[in-house]
Amino acid sequence: MTDATSNPEAAGLTATSDPPLVRITGLRKSFDAVHALRGVDLTLAAGEVTALLGDNGAGKSTLVRCLTGVHPPDAGEIRFRGQPIKLNSPDEARRLGIETVYQTLGLIEDLQVWQNLYLNRELTAGFGPFQVLDKKSMISHSKDILSRLDVDVPNVRATVRRMSGGQRQSIAIARAANWGKTLVIMDEPTAALGVRETAAVEALIRRLRDSAVTVLLISHDMAQVLRVADTAYVLRRGQTVARRVVQDTTGDELVGLITGAIEGDTHG
Amino acid sequence: MVDVSAPGRLGGHLSVAAAARYAAPIGLVVVFIAFFIATPNFLTVGNISDLLVSAAILLVLAMGQQLVVTVAGIDLSVGSNLPWSAAVLGFAYNQGWGLAVSALLAVLAGLAVGVVNGLLVARLNMTDFIVTLGSLSVVSGITLLLTQGNTVAVNSAFLRGLALNGIGPVRWFWVVAFLVAALVGFLLFRTRTGTYLLSTGGNIDAAREAGIHVNRIRLIAYASSGLACGLASVLFVARTGGADPSLQTSLLLSSIAAVVLGGSSLFGGKASVLGSVAGAVLLQSLINGFTLLGISQYYQPIAVGGVVLGAAFISRFQK
Repeated sequence: MTDATSNPEAAGLTATSDPPLVRITGLRKSFDAVHALRGVDLTLAAGEVTALLGDNGAGKSTLVRCLTGVHPPDAGEIRFRGQPIKLNSPDEARRLGIETVYQTLGLIEDLQVWQNLYLNRELTAGFGPFQVLDKKSMISHSKDILSRLDVDVPNVRATVRRMSGGQRQSIAIARAANWGKTLVIMDEPTAALGVRETAAVEALIRRLRDSAVTVLLISHDMAQVLRVADTAYVLRRGQTVARRVVQDTTGDELVGLITGAIEGDTHG
Repeated sequence: MVDVSAPGRLGGHLSVAAAARYAAPIGLVVVFIAFFIATPNFLTVGNISDLLVSAAILLVLAMGQQLVVTVAGIDLSVGSNLPWSAAVLGFAYNQGWGLAVSALLAVLAGLAVGVVNGLLVARLNMTDFIVTLGSLSVVSGITLLLTQGNTVAVNSAFLRGLALNGIGPVRWFWVVAFLVAALVGFLLFRTRTGTYLLSTGGNIDAAREAGIHVNRIRLIAYASSGLACGLASVLFVARTGGADPSLQTSLLLSSIAAVVLGGSSLFGGKASVLGSVAGAVLLQSLINGFTLLGISQYYQPIAVGGVVLGAAFISRFQK
């Protein structure tokens, strides 16, 4: 209803010399009568973990889908390394090195682990129309991918159906991290996990940041956000209401911003 | 091999699950033993040779059906696509266009039906069951119009040779069926397209998210089934010496049954070429054995249906 007139960015919070990896301004998206996004501003600094917070229905998932080319936005701009981009398909986002781990994980249960890691990126041998899957290479590289990220999957030739929730999550993240050279988006990666598995996934996120991958993390777990994120954005009813540097905020403030108990910058 | 990763968890279900996976080969052995005991005429070189020749047509159809079932679809149009392709062959041959051209036209006619099915299912997102049920009827009508309802005789020495001869004891029909099965197995398990077929059937949303063109993959599956019908129609005409325009419902049901017996999931994502081959031979063996025993052919559909229902029951235990 009210317009997002003030940009949290414009409040002078950041001014780095390099253009940020992603800068989103005034993003809008409606589905029929539902205004899912009503002016979202968001900046992802390269090599940082940015948390995206908001209650259910705040527009987090829609924002992610706009950023990954699933839904083209109605209005607003997405800049990638300073260049405005139009993403019309997940393929285009993928070509920019943007990978997403959805809550559904996107794994094919009856395929083996290595097949899932290489899904739609299969290695082949041969020439012309006679391309045969190079299983040997894919299997041995899959072991490397998983061991490099310290993911505990004993047998890459087992089907995903036989994996635990934590293993599945790790496989999905490992796949995204392996191919997403610039940005990995994770939608509540630890929502269904136990304590030890959550710790393993958080360690995985830190390892991604250490290898200069930018991470956008959607999470409902404030403690987790404080543990792994550098910056946090809060969405409320389709608008960006606050940007906080994680070092300078508290879980209580973030929760207040999410629920509306604390007004936020846009309305301030 | 895979069970090692989950020791004991499957427990008692392990044997049932294994039985489900190997339903077709186990059933095949059981049927062979039963008929072997029942009649000395079953397990003879001549009978098995003929049995495998008649199984070849079903096997080729089942291979097409296998691809459609892999993408979680079903192709009911097989029942009319086969006589349609056969009628085109008969029509073209009797126009004096030569066997090579006629056979090619028959294959293309089958492919065309498959492509139309695929476009309706994949592009227009219509329900596979309804689309192929509709084309089953439409194509059957077109066939009757083309033939005026009459069987068209095809008198070709080449086709007769195809049905009766071979390389030594290896009949040509076996060679064709083997090549088709090998090709489908290669496609499914050795190529990217095969991985996409399995992925599309296993989890279409995940496949789409991974950037797989799921519509193109589904189109390929239905087109392949049409192509298989076209190819099978050449064998069909060779074996029967003519093009019979009537609906082949028993072959349609058997093609689906062979795939289900083989351990493929009708929900897609799982395929077993060897299983489907065993399924096709099993169903043909049933019919063959019944005929040898002089059991009324009215019992055949009951037996076939019973086997399929049994397979469906066992597959409930498959995980």
